[in-house]
Amino acid sequence: MDLFEYQAKELFARHGVPVPRGRVASTPEEARAVAAELRTPTVIKAQVKTGGRGKAGGVRPAPGPASAEVEAARVLGMDIKGLTALTVLVEQATVPLEEYYAAYLVDRAGGAFIAIVSAEGGMDIEEVAATRPDALVTTPVDPAVGMDGRSARLLASRAGLPADVQDAVADVLVRLWRVLVEEDALLVEVNPLAVTPDGRVLALDGKVTLDDNAAFRHGHDAFAEVPAAHGAAGLEARAKARGLNYVKLDGEVGVIGNGAGLVMSTLDVVAYAGQSSGGARPANFLDIGGGASAQVMADALEIVLSDPDVRAVLVNVFGGITACDAVAHGIVSALGMLGEHGVRHPIVVRLDGNSAEAGRAVLHAAGHPLVRVVATMDAAAELAASLAAA
Amino acid sequence: MAIFLTKDSKVLVQGMTGAEGARHTARMLAAGTEIVAGVTPGKGGRSVDFGERALPVFGSVAEATAATGAEVSVVFVPPRFTRDAVEEAVDAGVALCVVITEGVPVHDTIRFVARARASGTTRIIGPNCPGLISPGQSSAGIIPADITTAGRIGLVSKSGTLTYQLMYELRDVGFSTAVGIGGDPVIGTTHIDALEAFQADPGTEAIVMIGEIGGDAEERAAAYIEEHVTKPVVAYVAGFTAPEGKTMGHAGAIVSGSAGTAQAKKEALEKVGVRVGKTPSETARLMRALLGGSGRGGV
Repeated sequence: MDLFEYQAKELFARHGVPVPRGRVASTPEEARAVAAELRTPTVIKAQVKTGGRGKAGGVRPAPGPASAEVEAARVLGMDIKGLTALTVLVEQATVPLEEYYAAYLVDRAGGAFIAIVSAEGGMDIEEVAATRPDALVTTPVDPAVGMDGRSARLLASRAGLPADVQDAVADVLVRLWRVLVEEDALLVEVNPLAVTPDGRVLALDGKVTLDDNAAFRHGHDAFAEVPAAHGAAGLEARAKARGLNYVKLDGEVGVIGNGAGLVMSTLDVVAYAGQSSGGARPANFLDIGGGASAQVMADALEIVLSDPDVRAVLVNVFGGITACDAVAHGIVSALGMLGEHGVRHPIVVRLDGNSAEAGRAVLHAAGHPLVRVVATMDAAAELAASLAAA
Repeated sequence: MAIFLTKDSKVLVQGMTGAEGARHTARMLAAGTEIVAGVTPGKGGRSVDFGERALPVFGSVAEATAATGAEVSVVFVPPRFTRDAVEEAVDAGVALCVVITEGVPVHDTIRFVARARASGTTRIIGPNCPGLISPGQSSAGIIPADITTAGRIGLVSKSGTLTYQLMYELRDVGFSTAVGIGGDPVIGTTHIDALEAFQADPGTEAIVMIGEIGGDAEERAAAYIEEHVTKPVVAYVAGFTAPEGKTMGHAGAIVSGSAGTAQAKKEALEKVGVRVGKTPSETARLMRALLGGSGRGGV
């Protein structure tokens, strides 16, 4: 789960990482009240989970409460790269003397976390990495030892930070490591890490990704977003509530399968089939996982068929642990539960592996007029794509 | 021959007394695996009946290995206990620890993978993986044994069901070993580790490598193949249609910005002479054509 900047800064503050004073607001009036409380010039920052909001006009200076209200009104509701700013962070304005970069992230190749520090913060770090890789200092962190003060000072020094701020930066690095470990984060990034005219080191921005798998040992529920009730986000939220792994895409062929890899592969095969027949594309990713019960299949079909873009559905199951006759029974009972009104598009089914023949026999015996059983993944994708384009 | 797991491997199951553990222990036994023990903390001294056989349950991995000589552990414990279970197996000195559990926190995985490396004795496969099978010999995990046959292809994959799909498509040729390494961001055994082992295995003539979006494991594997693998390799990469920034099922399967795309992986592999199938069925055809021709040829 990616956090909003204001949530990341809440975690930072909890672990003693210095951040500017400020608070989140969801209305212009609230923004005005926060600015009045701060009694300093402020900056109004759109809360969206994407980069580039400054360029999009989502970060605006506001010298006082009145302008905070005006600027918040301009930023709230703003669309930034397809995301809507529903809240703003009203924060004490800070003019940095220097801007650095600090981050911890998972290094998949090394199987450990790495620390990245640079004296060149404040800009797109991927660009720095591409154009001046020497400006980034990267080091793996031994998971058994963590980031202690000595390693942190060495890192600050290797990054070429001025001697008089190295201790303060090292302290921040140690505290950010605590954020990473104690909150089970997969990414902690501060860009910029600023030095103020009065010599303080402050996290001016913050990006944190929490590990959803570690939710059982944290009280991070407060960070969960209230799901939107409509559109693609609505379908995704409904699927999530039923424990389904669903991602909305923008095509017409609904896809249901078992196993992440097989479903991704099915999307590709549908797209290829569409290229040669009518341009149909996959409408979604939906992995029903192992041991799919009738109820899971019913939920999956219900979600996919309620997508107004879907014109045909492809069910692609390779029974490993999952028995295909159980999947077939699931499809049949789902069709019964959804009724004629709920099932108006053709459903192409391909079953292979564990009890595949029994599964196909169940579907043939049920004889639903909209269900077509096809022998191979390729042929099933071709049929579903052509039906969706028809 | 095979890699990592043979008919002689003595296997213990951590979490054998749980529902999943018991179910899959029965399946592994049916696949020919020599399972010698179960381990469940607090339940030592019991035994569990599997038809004709009753398997002893020990309270710790160390007791189980001492009593039975087991050198492989398969882990079926819930995510919150996985780190403890795996570290116990590492400390007991098992040679191979196969972590089937899905949903293990990445911080936990990093800790137990580091501990295994430091031990110098334990190889970890997984977590969040289907395990591995050397058909006709042994199975450690949940890969179905009856969809393929023993043969001369080695397979390594991040995905379970795609592994099954390819094993099934190539069932007439058969496999030396199929390894599901798992779809998490941090895993104990990588594509490269499996490629290295297949290259060294006289029973493996050709290799199928299955990748998916996210990270750069396939690109690194391509570089490794160029330098070290002389056996023919055919690859498949899933996720060409995956949008940027969306996790596709596996925690590690995500395109971030321009990094981790299927296209980049395909290009990296093709650049070093690996034939990359557009679909699983085409991948199977490429492999069959390759083996039907000279049988053994450079990449």
